[in-house]
Amino acid sequence: MTTVEERPPTRAGAPAPATPAPAPRRRRAFTTRRGLVVAAFMLPAAIFVGVFIYYPMLAGSQMAFRHWNLSNLTDTSWIGLQNFATIFADPAFGVILGNSVLWVVASIVPQLVIGFALALWLRRKFRFRGLYQALIFFPWAISGFLIGILFRWMFNGEFGVVNDLLMKTGLIDQGIPWLAQPDTAMFAVIIANIWYGVTFFAIMILAALQSVPDELFEAAALDGAGKVRTLFQITIPYISTTLALTVLLRVIWIFNFPDIIWAMTGGGPANQTHIITTWMITFTQKGDYGVASALGLIVVGLLLVFSAFYLMALRGKKEVSS
Amino acid sequence: MIVTETTPARIARIGFLGLWLVITIFPLYWIIVTSFKAPGDIFSYPLQYWPAEFSFENYVQLFEKADFGTYVVNSLVVSTAAATVATLISLLSAYVLARFEFRSKSAILMAFLVTQMIPTFIALGPLYLLMVDLGLVDDRFGLMLVYVAVCIPFCTIMLRGFFANIPDALEEAAMIDGCSRIGALFRVIVPVMKPGIVAAFIFNFVNCWNELFLSVTLMNKDENKTIPTALNGFITSFNIDWGSMSAAAVLTILPTMLLFAFASRYIVQGLTAGAVKG
Repeated sequence: MTTVEERPPTRAGAPAPATPAPAPRRRRAFTTRRGLVVAAFMLPAAIFVGVFIYYPMLAGSQMAFRHWNLSNLTDTSWIGLQNFATIFADPAFGVILGNSVLWVVASIVPQLVIGFALALWLRRKFRFRGLYQALIFFPWAISGFLIGILFRWMFNGEFGVVNDLLMKTGLIDQGIPWLAQPDTAMFAVIIANIWYGVTFFAIMILAALQSVPDELFEAAALDGAGKVRTLFQITIPYISTTLALTVLLRVIWIFNFPDIIWAMTGGGPANQTHIITTWMITFTQKGDYGVASALGLIVVGLLLVFSAFYLMALRGKKEVSS
Repeated sequence: MIVTETTPARIARIGFLGLWLVITIFPLYWIIVTSFKAPGDIFSYPLQYWPAEFSFENYVQLFEKADFGTYVVNSLVVSTAAATVATLISLLSAYVLARFEFRSKSAILMAFLVTQMIPTFIALGPLYLLMVDLGLVDDRFGLMLVYVAVCIPFCTIMLRGFFANIPDALEEAAMIDGCSRIGALFRVIVPVMKPGIVAAFIFNFVNCWNELFLSVTLMNKDENKTIPTALNGFITSFNIDWGSMSAAAVLTILPTMLLFAFASRYIVQGLTAGAVKG
């Protein structure tokens, strides 16, 4: 490589050299050098991600087809789809799948609506806006696990502040054991998740809103469009791509997000707040990595199918509207 | 905005923003208040919305009984080291991905994005075995290596967004003036990118500081636990000591809150530039 001759960089404005080097050779030298820079700069990241993320992920995927239990490591034989059969045969699976869908949908819809409203109103300048934003964005800096702990304490049946406030306002007569009964437990974990996730939508939508040119609103105002019409016919179409991608990413992320549930209920009572990923953790803790990995693959499969349909639907919609 | 606001709209806006602020702040307020109550007052009825007397008993217990100081040090060491290394490595990869065209570029970007979508739990078993082979189980250095790897994909995408906002001409000019590529990167671009780099570092730090499941898997001995792992231990024990738990929660939230207050503007910018995962 050291033999490759490189033209000394010319200062801006300096006259071009009289005899340029032969074109093909220069071009090859140029790309090799660039290739080396690319390789050298990418290498550390590639090694880390390859060794500590991709290798374990791929190794984990093949565990899904093996008998793989920490309690009996002498037998790690290939058992085909037996781990999947175990999962599908478990009566809990249907309930947990339903819970997962409920967890995603019931969390994401309010997050989107509240986040959108916040972003719309934060677009207007007002005093202390910076401080306000910093304050309402803070849940993002807390771990999901800790948020689970916070809400577990607030929803405590005996000394929980939620019960106390509801009784003070006269909405209920006596305390509700929120996390001890199935229906209210699911409700409570979803409330915690909504609280946590609104911030992300608010940030993303606010950023998208700031890219809408003011002229569009001016034109709409001149045409006599009301606020609601402006919102639905100008603002939302203009930022629809950001909205669609944010929703897609959040669906994937919330589906894979067991932390809050893990801290609040651990999946109980009686499996009623388990989603697939919290259920997966219980298998990991039992040392049954075969079944846990099979569950992981099921999650990946579900999300892939969902993403494909979602993106196809988006594209179809765009073609119709254009 | 151009449209003038009517009085009802104004009331609606202020009402909504005010209500959401209260909803956001309240859980934090409640855990702080609980942490300062005397152990007996936590379970007194009616609930005290302001402690009858301020007590540091919960905090004292935390450090005396639970060895919380060790967990704090472990978390600090691992998070700081991992965030620093990950930010440096991501800076290089983000630079290449933002400035160069090459064949495998979109494949690399896709590979990084995919890591954000697959549940990490699928990797836990093999990762544990890999760390056993490397002799890095129950080792802070080992956990740090894993955290670096976990941080890199998102950090790269985020920093790439920041690079996109800086004109090529800047480093080209530096290179024409005789800087090497590395020289141009570190002497010209990095100072301009400072907000982005700070945001990326904080983002990484917060992610490592809050990480639970990897450290639960890799750190078994009590003296090696990070804060989230220790909290997880508190919670699985049958009766939760809510006093100590509240104090621990406050101490866990505090550093990230301070960092966040310091740099929330840059982080918002970085999130929207990278736009993958909260």
